[in-house]
Amino acid sequence: MPKSILVDLPAVRQSAELNSAPVPLLERLEASLNRSAGFVLLMPAVLLIASLAIFPLFISLYISLARLKFIKGGFELKFVGLANYAKLLVGLDREHFVGRLASPGWIGWSSYALLVCLLGWLFLNYWQRGAVHASGVVWRLLGCGISLLIGWYMVHTLVPNGRPGTVIVTLLFVFGGVGSQFLVGLGLAILCAQHFAGRRFFRVVFLLPMMITPVGIGYMFRMLADTSKGPLKPLWVLLGLENTSWVQSAWGARAAVMVGDFWQWTPFMFIVLLAALESQSVEEVEAAVVDGATFWQIFRHITIPAILPVSSTVVLIRMIEAFKIIDLPNILTNGGPGTATESVTLHAYSLWRRLDIGGSAAVGYLLLVLVTFFAVSYANFIRPRHTVE
Amino acid sequence: MKRTVFSPSRSGMILTYAILGLWAVIILFPLYWVAITSLKLPIAVFAGPFYVPFLDFQPSGHAWKYIFVDVRRDVFRPYANTVFVATVSSLLALLLGSSASYALARFVFRPKVGVIGLFIGCVSIAAFATYNGVPWIVAVAGAAASYILLFLGLARRFRKTLGNSDIAFWLISQRMLPPVVVVVPIYVMFQQIGLLDTLTALVIAYVAANLPIVVWLMRDYFESVPIELEECAAIDGATRYRILFSIVLPLAVPGLVSTFLFVLVFSWNEYLLSLFLTGARSQTLPLMVAGQNATRGPEWWYMSVLILIMILPVIGLAIALDRYIARGLLVGAIKG
Repeated sequence: MPKSILVDLPAVRQSAELNSAPVPLLERLEASLNRSAGFVLLMPAVLLIASLAIFPLFISLYISLARLKFIKGGFELKFVGLANYAKLLVGLDREHFVGRLASPGWIGWSSYALLVCLLGWLFLNYWQRGAVHASGVVWRLLGCGISLLIGWYMVHTLVPNGRPGTVIVTLLFVFGGVGSQFLVGLGLAILCAQHFAGRRFFRVVFLLPMMITPVGIGYMFRMLADTSKGPLKPLWVLLGLENTSWVQSAWGARAAVMVGDFWQWTPFMFIVLLAALESQSVEEVEAAVVDGATFWQIFRHITIPAILPVSSTVVLIRMIEAFKIIDLPNILTNGGPGTATESVTLHAYSLWRRLDIGGSAAVGYLLLVLVTFFAVSYANFIRPRHTVE
Repeated sequence: MKRTVFSPSRSGMILTYAILGLWAVIILFPLYWVAITSLKLPIAVFAGPFYVPFLDFQPSGHAWKYIFVDVRRDVFRPYANTVFVATVSSLLALLLGSSASYALARFVFRPKVGVIGLFIGCVSIAAFATYNGVPWIVAVAGAAASYILLFLGLARRFRKTLGNSDIAFWLISQRMLPPVVVVVPIYVMFQQIGLLDTLTALVIAYVAANLPIVVWLMRDYFESVPIELEECAAIDGATRYRILFSIVLPLAVPGLVSTFLFVLVFSWNEYLLSLFLTGARSQTLPLMVAGQNATRGPEWWYMSVLILIMILPVIGLAIALDRYIARGLLVGAIKG
């Protein structure tokens, strides 16, 4: 067709010339930078994490299998195999790390039996649900085994004659703390989910403790725990306890640390659960009310399912963070009396101070194993199914 | 009036106020006690509990004067260190973390497992060689060269790939890592490159520690920004960076603010990393206050002033920006 020949030839030629002309270096660079934008944006974060978390993790594993000495201008490593771990788990430091074992009374044995039943029930539950895989069975059996081992040490050390080591104390802080914080936080959130004047005031006040430096909280509670000059003296006098020093008795000191932790982290549970409660559907509840449901029925069948996903996540987050506890016991009780309130992280630090660097790394690694074990089993086995995407 | 789930009766309301009021007292009383202790003379602290200024005891500014005038220098330095490290590390973590989570939300990554393994292998060889006395420049150059050669030769053969969600999970799961596990090698690393007891070292460590939180919280905000806007901008010729910095980030400001607050508070309060990595020069505030344990143990009036100046900035932030904080918390919990 003649018309198509009338295409603006000079323009075509010009654009062809433009394309073949050398593009300035800067523009080419910009274009290629633009093409690889995703890579450029992601890589700094990945490299930083790799060099400050993954790489040190490998090095740490090696250090935990060695004896490290700082010498002038550097360091000296001597490979010692599993000696550091053996020392902690079965050797000299066993009493410090695991605890001193004593025969558990009937309370100990019955709670152990309870744990066995619970694990058996969970396993049976899994078995009956069908969908049994070989890997699922292996992982669950491993989880049960480790739980039984930890439970064994707990019932043997948490008796009057025994003495819990840093692992057991940390587990106590984690489970006692997270459990009580969750329950009280949930209760307060349910109360606060009602509509009333002054809600913003309560919300802001309840936000404060989790922002405060744990070091400050440690000192604060040291002042409050003082029975002779502290503000709660009238209360202690009333109870006949004015001359007891909380931080001198093992369980008193543990209670003081747990109260401090409770004070700081209950608000976190509260705020998250309050937001979850507020986002549940009003229509469902109204329909239930019209149908004559009681408060407990509504709570059991509507509220709990609605807040379950958020609850399970918030418990997981708190659990992971609680394993890292160090500043509060270090300030409040200095880990004492003896090692009664020493957490695993504090144990690692005290070994580091004594220049037992390999031992410190081994303690850290065992903590990592513990956190991973609890977080993974919680996320996979205990956390309700439907919250997993 | 907004409809709410529970509509309480009158007596229920009174009970609610009573319980919440009690809890508010439990929270506020320790803070109040620290505040009035900072105004007490030693005699008023040791003579027993006094609760109300002017009524029970005569307030005095002596502790504040001591901290702000007499030992000004010792207090000011850790304070300035903390302000600097917390701000800079939070801004950097926000920059790196939000870039990464934007990249994960908008680009498709298919890294090959084999290539990652190759990279790790070459890095370990370089580290091992350095450790055994090879000059580090030679080791790094050798490892880089062998990585490039092997990459060119082998990259096509690897089949198994990872996806975006794997990368995101990997980044976020670093939050699970207790810092005490990695702090010893980090100490050795910083010692080798001469960064020990400097603010730079702290900033680097804090950025790495906070990156997972930023990625985790920001991912959701980026996924909620409509992609059409970005497509329009791309058609108009904007580069990817321009799109990120002039369209996406401005839209995600609420998320950025709440994430920034979290990271800032975490860095402000951080204890363990600074315990290991700082000495006298780069000491941060929590560490300085913790160190007073020995010298000022029973001198609660000075301690109270120190505690107050340490916690007042974060309390101020919490009161001013409580909405952002609550929102950030919820996003974190739901998306976790």
